[in-house]
Amino acid sequence: MIINAIAEIFPTLMQGLRITIEVLLGSIILGYLMAFVAGLCRLSKNPIIKYITIFYVEVFRGTSLIVQLFWLFYALPILFGISLGSDYLAGVLAIALNYGAYMSEIVRGSILSVAKGQTEAATALNMSRFQRMRLVIFPQAVRMMLPEFGNYLIQMLKATSLVSLIGMTDILYYGDILRGNNLSQAPTVYFLILVFYFIMALPLIWLTRKMETASKKGVAS
Amino acid sequence: MTEPIVQYQDVHKSFGDTEVLTGINLDIEPAEKVAVIGPSGSGKTTIIRMLMTLEEPTSGDIIVDGKNLWHMEKNGELVPANEKHLRQVRGNIGMVFQHFNLFPHMTILDNCMSAPIHVQKVDKQEAKQRSIEMLEKVGLGDKLDSYPNQLSGGQKQRVAMARALVMRPKVMLFDEVTSALDPELVGEVLEVIRDIANEGEMAMVLVTHEMEFARDIADRVLFLDNGVIAEEGPPAEVLENSTNDRLQSFLHRFRT
Amino acid sequence: MNSGNWQWNTFFEAFPVVVEGLGITLGLTVATYLFALIFGFVWTLLSAIRITPIRWLFRWIMEFIRSTPPLVQLFFIFYAWPMVPIVGFALDPFTSAIVGLGIHFSTYIGEVYRSGIEAVEKGQWEAAKALNFSTGQKWSKIILPQAIPPTIPMLGNYLIIMFKEIPLASTIGVAGILNLANSYGSANFRYLEPLTIVALLFLLLSYPSAILINKLERRMNRRFDKKEKSGSKPLKEEKEGAAS
Repeated sequence: MIINAIAEIFPTLMQGLRITIEVLLGSIILGYLMAFVAGLCRLSKNPIIKYITIFYVEVFRGTSLIVQLFWLFYALPILFGISLGSDYLAGVLAIALNYGAYMSEIVRGSILSVAKGQTEAATALNMSRFQRMRLVIFPQAVRMMLPEFGNYLIQMLKATSLVSLIGMTDILYYGDILRGNNLSQAPTVYFLILVFYFIMALPLIWLTRKMETASKKGVAS
Repeated sequence: MTEPIVQYQDVHKSFGDTEVLTGINLDIEPAEKVAVIGPSGSGKTTIIRMLMTLEEPTSGDIIVDGKNLWHMEKNGELVPANEKHLRQVRGNIGMVFQHFNLFPHMTILDNCMSAPIHVQKVDKQEAKQRSIEMLEKVGLGDKLDSYPNQLSGGQKQRVAMARALVMRPKVMLFDEVTSALDPELVGEVLEVIRDIANEGEMAMVLVTHEMEFARDIADRVLFLDNGVIAEEGPPAEVLENSTNDRLQSFLHRFRT
Repeated sequence: MNSGNWQWNTFFEAFPVVVEGLGITLGLTVATYLFALIFGFVWTLLSAIRITPIRWLFRWIMEFIRSTPPLVQLFFIFYAWPMVPIVGFALDPFTSAIVGLGIHFSTYIGEVYRSGIEAVEKGQWEAAKALNFSTGQKWSKIILPQAIPPTIPMLGNYLIIMFKEIPLASTIGVAGILNLANSYGSANFRYLEPLTIVALLFLLLSYPSAILINKLERRMNRRFDKKEKSGSKPLKEEKEGAAS
């Protein structure tokens, strides 16, 4: 009987899988991008760039993702007049801006914690500021970022569940519909959803472990 | 007399409220080997760090090969140097550090090759050729593909020297290059420096605690004390016949 | 639906309405936090079990809870748990939130405890043994007094993190600030202002707390003679460099 229920629920949930994965991929790409942009801007010598970035990071770290999501969902149409597809945009933007802010601190911290002697050696070899960053500092900093970046992959996956709240038709959205149709199915439905997310998390967990081992190679001299 | 390759003209340096160097005047001839000795905190490392542009002088000028290092001309006026100017002038200078500062994410060969390729725009094949030659010269021709953390301290320091030499500087700076090494590894590093010195063409400034070594290879020894060059001259004179009390007591600590 | 731009009069009208929920939000935060602190111990104990398959099983359950969305877990507790045959019973929204979010975060808290205990030097365990302490004495006199203080800043961080996850409870009807802002929004067709108020309240409360935790962390690090948690930098370098 439980098998029958699963057979009935499973295909419905599958319909939401595409949206969940689309939101996840969009968030990961934009989130990492934000992390690097904001992390580097925070290190800028230009006070305007620096303080705007600090403002962004502190606001997004200081408030909750779900609030940011609703806020962007209602604010985007007002601010930019976008309405078509704005739920995808709001969802991805909220997750990416939120985790981008957290991860920018990792980027900044890693760059700052590359030993000072490395910059000095690069200067002594007459590298330009950009070359020092590209050839010496950055490759070492990225290795330090990897483990934490991996952890945030799973955080972002979990965060994608929120987009059902702004009406996106992801896994949880279809789950809620199934529950509405038949309340007694709720345990199977939600348990299956959790399993769905866990299966999606497994490769990310594996990737995180890989990133941890990769980061241990070739750092400290 | 030839034109000096490096000139310090009344150079001062303060860190916060402490004035470390209070007027350094110094000419270094091309191919001259200068050893700088002095007590801890006397500012001897600061002298060469300013020449490498790692530290900016508080006042005074440093002239490298006829060009002002920390100032440049703009509309007939001397203004503080920008990054571009610094890069132009410091291309003549190389440095080896106390703590090696090898790039841990690059192989030994890449450590040596990266700057010639990216900074001097040398053809990749040629940069590789030059790097291998230099690494063979310091006795590490068999370690090309190793990473720095697979080497001993002495080997790392030899790589660091090869890396600086591949750039063919006119002046090489050595910042206490043996102080971070285990005693049994000091010899191999000094040996390499001696070889480089014997080749002749390059000026060398060595900040060091190795008095015997300084006597052997230096043309001139400077004793730095209280922010000025308190004593200078040929090694025999400074290290053996000086009447400076502070120098005497400083040297005394090394004769055990 | 949302016509026009920012309206200050809406902002001031919505403000008292939204602030009303602050008590619930803060109360739920504290209750959930306490739940997670206590439940975290359970995980620490379970993952210390010496029978490998059982320890393994609990590690995977922990991993499962950690890597799936707290929102779904919340829905499970609130909607599904009452429907579970035999053991299931209904919980009100507030309690559901405590349990649902509390269990999720207890898996993180459990890890914090574990890291604290593992950070106690091996020599301390050996010393306790050498002095012939009983198991209870060993834990209460030697291990825990050293394991707990260094974890306090981390635990503090989790309080702030959880505070920011608490508005998830608005989805099952807990009348905290987000919930009130959304109902004000749907009643007046204006969401921007009430949601901005919610964001401001969060910022106002979490930012100073974060600074406080940071200070605490630095003081702790000094007290326990630890370097700042910036990874494995060659500290040696600084010490020797200064001697030149």
